[in-house]
Amino acid sequence: MTAFYLDIALFAAKLGLVFFVILTLAAYLVFAERKILAWVQDRKGPNRVGPFGLLQPLADLIKLLTKEDFVPAAADKWLFYLAPAMAAIPAILIFAVIPFGAPLTIAGRQLPLVVADLNVGLLFFLALSSIAVYGVAIGGWASNSKYSLLGGIRGLAQLISYELSMGLSLVPIVMLARSFSLTDIVEAQATVPFIVYQPLAFIIFLISITAECKRIPFDLPEAEGELVAGFHSEYSGMRFGLFFVGEYINIIVLGGLATTFFLGGWHGPLLPPVVWFSLKTLAFAFFFIWMRGTLPRLRYDQLMHLGWKVLTPLALVNILVTGWWLVLIR
Amino acid sequence: MIEQTIFYLLAATAVIATILAITEKHPVHAILYLVTSLFSMAVIFYLLMAPLVAAFEVILYAGAIMVLFLFVIMMLDLGHPEKGLSPGWREWLPALLLSSVSIGSLIVAVISRHATVAAYPSALPIRAVAMRLFQEHGLAVELVSLQLLFALVGALYLGKQSKGGGAK
Repeated sequence: MTAFYLDIALFAAKLGLVFFVILTLAAYLVFAERKILAWVQDRKGPNRVGPFGLLQPLADLIKLLTKEDFVPAAADKWLFYLAPAMAAIPAILIFAVIPFGAPLTIAGRQLPLVVADLNVGLLFFLALSSIAVYGVAIGGWASNSKYSLLGGIRGLAQLISYELSMGLSLVPIVMLARSFSLTDIVEAQATVPFIVYQPLAFIIFLISITAECKRIPFDLPEAEGELVAGFHSEYSGMRFGLFFVGEYINIIVLGGLATTFFLGGWHGPLLPPVVWFSLKTLAFAFFFIWMRGTLPRLRYDQLMHLGWKVLTPLALVNILVTGWWLVLIR
Repeated sequence: MIEQTIFYLLAATAVIATILAITEKHPVHAILYLVTSLFSMAVIFYLLMAPLVAAFEVILYAGAIMVLFLFVIMMLDLGHPEKGLSPGWREWLPALLLSSVSIGSLIVAVISRHATVAAYPSALPIRAVAMRLFQEHGLAVELVSLQLLFALVGALYLGKQSKGGGAK
């Protein structure tokens, strides 16, 4: 019986740690983004709160929590309340299937460093990533403002355009690893990461996940220049904060997934596995921020064109070539 | 015991959400109820040790078809229940026929079930499912994919036609 309780205690500790690390990291990613953007644009960035401005996320949190929680008069009240949660929860749920380190051995029992090793892990990710768009669409619709509605519709159209190429770019990974489980996919990359075999799939996946987390050059649902703030124009206080944090959780999670699928997950020489995983994931986060500081925004139809007429056919051809190659080397 | 509790919670959610989806007048709310229902169905499938079906249920129904519904409703601004016409018998009759056939076959299936046959679900590896599907039922898979292609070409044709009509 004590073994049973020990298992539960270990699992609860793991779960708590994952929540804490991801939420803290998301808050500090906002800070890192402001600092890096400032550096790109040759200015100082936030530097007043705490040493080097390190307490800025805490100050932001207090500000968001104490702000007025405003609901527009003609808004659909319940959906307006629910939408931010619908955007943030799927993002953090996806992390459940990502293996972030080699299995540990504590008190004589194996503790796999993944919350849930589903045998359909990859499909679980695709399912949740398609669910995440409801938050954007419903938030935009329930606000009853034309800018929000346009942002919500753009979010939906964007999802339809890139979802297919994202799913198809992962098919070669499944073909190579012969499994949908993310743990198996990481195992299969013990010697050579899949980016070596699948550079094209990697590029397609990278473009697709940039669209997935609605970052420049694909931040059409928010597009400050044309839509005020898009789907979250009418939101204030912590509800806006939830949308915002959800976006940064999404960056971490999608970076972790790109690491898992293409860069060998936690595999790496010398350093401990968890450190390798964090380094690779944060490198993706840096890449996203760097792109935001560098690239202009695409037009709405350009994104649809890119998704449907360029990325999807390329991903299909890539699947065919991988199939032929696998048959030839057998 | 825990599994049974979860099952009954999910089943109740699915039934209530489906009833609300039918009775709700507002299309956007109805879609969200339907998504809730599909989601609880997916978790029920997972409890029955069919994770693949659960994943496909969410990806295809909740994640693709319902998103398209929502897109069309928001794009064409159909979210005004007061403007909608109440369905006449032409709309009722096919729905009534279809639902009576499916409810009738469900009742027959429940009555004729052997009392001794209890479901003991066992986890099936995905590879086994794929083998079964593509080796034993390969022809059926091809037929279904052909049918989907017909639908695609049909949709393209209809879209093209209305575009040409608009240009005149």
